[in-house]
Amino acid sequence: MRAIPAAALLLASLACHAETPQQIRQIYVAEATSQQAGFMPSAKRGDAFFRQRFASNDKMPACTSCHTNSPLNAGQHAVTGKAIKPLAVAANADRLSDPAKVEKWFGRNCKEVVGRACTPAEKADFVTFLSEVR
Amino acid sequence: MKRLILIALLGSALPAFADRLPMPANTPASFTSECSSCHIAYQPALLQASDWRKLMAGLSEHFGSDATVDRKTEQEITAFLERNAGNASHLGNAGNPPRITQTARFIRKHDEIPAKYWRDPRVKSKANCEACHPGAAKGSYSEHDITIRELRE
Repeated sequence: MRAIPAAALLLASLACHAETPQQIRQIYVAEATSQQAGFMPSAKRGDAFFRQRFASNDKMPACTSCHTNSPLNAGQHAVTGKAIKPLAVAANADRLSDPAKVEKWFGRNCKEVVGRACTPAEKADFVTFLSEVR
Repeated sequence: MKRLILIALLGSALPAFADRLPMPANTPASFTSECSSCHIAYQPALLQASDWRKLMAGLSEHFGSDATVDRKTEQEITAFLERNAGNASHLGNAGNPPRITQTARFIRKHDEIPAKYWRDPRVKSKANCEACHPGAAKGSYSEHDITIRELRE
């Protein structure tokens, strides 16, 4: 019984702290592994996903439409023109520090650009790519 | 002499004041985090309350994007926008879906801008206030600050 409030406290304290890219990657790897035993995240697959033309949206056919050809570069929103900070952790230390924010943007951008929800495996690969790209 | 300085100061402050739309001090964090990722956080004074309500009711199809937020956040943002909305008679109707760029005030303020500037790649969209007004996110729309030199006149 005592362990339950302790676990809840731990979870609450974790929620208030910034997470590391490794921790966020682990969340998606765990989810992907539960669907596909032995899953290993791959930065290379993440890179390919970043460059893939999904062509589901005229104005934003690919991630690169707003985020340029390299996640190390600052981007520009394809419709509004607003500046977008680099996606890569190496270029922008704020990236991959808030799991809820990461999940929110996968939710929006996958629907809008990929045309469907992304799978946990795709998310794990993408997060791996963004944390490792130099 | 003192009075002269005061008059001069007032004179220089007034035109700037007219183009200042500071973000209200009580702006909720949810407004900033949810409404300034794809575009700047447009100041509530840029639309009238009924237009903000219309806009907030259609977030699932927000100018081609799904910008839905959870119910609590939606209520918080809507209440903030309503509380600080602009004067309906100054702004005029913003159309449906409401667009800041369709308000009579926006059109009047930009009536001298030739169409080619709106198409300029540095501008891209009328939604991109910062292309010309570098202080837009902070509520400064003064003509003196316009970044595209050809447009400053």
